[in-house]
Amino acid sequence: MIDLGRYAIPVLSAYAVSLVLIGGLVWHTVAANARARRALEEHGRDG
Amino acid sequence: MIALLVRDLRLATRAGGGFGLGVAFFLILSALVPFGVGPDRAVLAPIAPGILWVGALLACLLSLDRIFALDHEDGSLDLLAIAPLPLEGAVAVKALAHWVTTGLPLVLAAPLFGLLLHLPPRAMPALVLSLAVGTPALSMLGAFGAAITVGLRRGGLLLSLLVLPLYVPTLIFGAEITRRGAEGLAIATPLVFLAGITLAVLALIPLAAAAALRVNLR
Amino acid sequence: MSIWQYANPARFMRTTEGVLPWLVGGAVICCVTGLVWGFLTPDDFRQGSTVKIVFLHVPAAMMAINIWVMMLVASLIWIIRRHHVSALAAKAAAPIGAVMTVIALATGAIWGQPMWGSWWEWDPRLTSFLILFLFYVGYIALWSAVEDPDSAADLTGVLCLVGSVFALLSRYAVLFCNQGLHQGASLSVQSGERMSHVYRYPLYLAMLGFFLMFLALVLIRTRTEIRRRRLAALQAREMRA
Repeated sequence: MIDLGRYAIPVLSAYAVSLVLIGGLVWHTVAANARARRALEEHGRDG
Repeated sequence: MIALLVRDLRLATRAGGGFGLGVAFFLILSALVPFGVGPDRAVLAPIAPGILWVGALLACLLSLDRIFALDHEDGSLDLLAIAPLPLEGAVAVKALAHWVTTGLPLVLAAPLFGLLLHLPPRAMPALVLSLAVGTPALSMLGAFGAAITVGLRRGGLLLSLLVLPLYVPTLIFGAEITRRGAEGLAIATPLVFLAGITLAVLALIPLAAAAALRVNLR
Repeated sequence: MSIWQYANPARFMRTTEGVLPWLVGGAVICCVTGLVWGFLTPDDFRQGSTVKIVFLHVPAAMMAINIWVMMLVASLIWIIRRHHVSALAAKAAAPIGAVMTVIALATGAIWGQPMWGSWWEWDPRLTSFLILFLFYVGYIALWSAVEDPDSAADLTGVLCLVGSVFALLSRYAVLFCNQGLHQGASLSVQSGERMSHVYRYPLYLAMLGFFLMFLALVLIRTRTEIRRRRLAALQAREMRA
């Protein structure tokens, strides 16, 4: 790991927070879409 | 329009109408804050302008859902919508009734509560003036929020969430005016801004509120 | 043909289906490249390694504001031309905008603590972002609270309009009142401003990556909303039959 010096904790926590939030957003987006598509397919129509 | 105003005022002032509730809440808040931060004058005096203004804000918030909810429940809101009076006018009148029963008492009672919070006496004119100019905007913006949430179950919390951010500019200038009054500085500039905000709100928000009411009455 | 052809949900679904893989790919490439490149650039003389936070903070802050503007435009299109795709796109964009605002606030606070010694300051920029976050939350809450989809679209549209005016108003109110009271601990490091070239290019790349990511996410979410709407229509028809 490159040397982050004494600011290692702030930098890493900033990245961690952002990645967790973005990851959560992406996961929720994809999961909701998959659910909607599945429900629509069960009704017989998608597209 | 006058008839509507008189009717709303009469409804608000009879028993159970909620008149005076705002002032009572204001009093409670003014009594609670010293318990929370300590009665030390040096602590209370600087924050008194902010406390008074936030108190006014919250007191206004208390009676907002009352503006349209009762009429909506018994169907008189639908009648108002098809009456010859334009809905925007009805909204303005209802906001005025709210101000007379909630905002105006606050303006009159504020100096007394200012004393409780050790507000310097020379700030009193600034306090009263800023509240007098600012509270009409609070009533009108509150009417907008009430129009959006009328008919929603448990809309009260959502109403607060929607309306409080809209109150921020008025709060900022109002508290600033009071603070400057406390320090003996000139209050003309922020007062002009506050008046500008209030006038713009009074002129334009009825349109938005009426639009929201029409959506909810469909 | 004009952009209005995408007001047709079926056409919107077909076109976005083709475009999405490219958007996702582009977003991933730009974000990863930009962030890794930024991470590897040497430390700033004064700010040490915390300058690396800028590659998250600035793109997030930019998107937080731009997404609200997009919602405003989409709401206007709904109110004026009644295209459902537009209203659903605004609804879809809001959670993304809210997350961007939180990232901007959080990274700003984490950056501010070692740099300026405090987690939070009530200076114009930070305050405006907090208020923007409140508007996002209120907007999202209103969509969930109203049952009828068209009414929800109308009410949230009006809210977005009024909210936009007040968001701007709040910013100027705070600016006015903060002048001269204290030399605010405002974040003066803005994109481009006195930034050496070393940081500029990874930053632009990260900004582009965030933008593409927003596009991909909002299109996916809009497709979800369109599907939900179709499902509701089908179920309503079945109940009547």
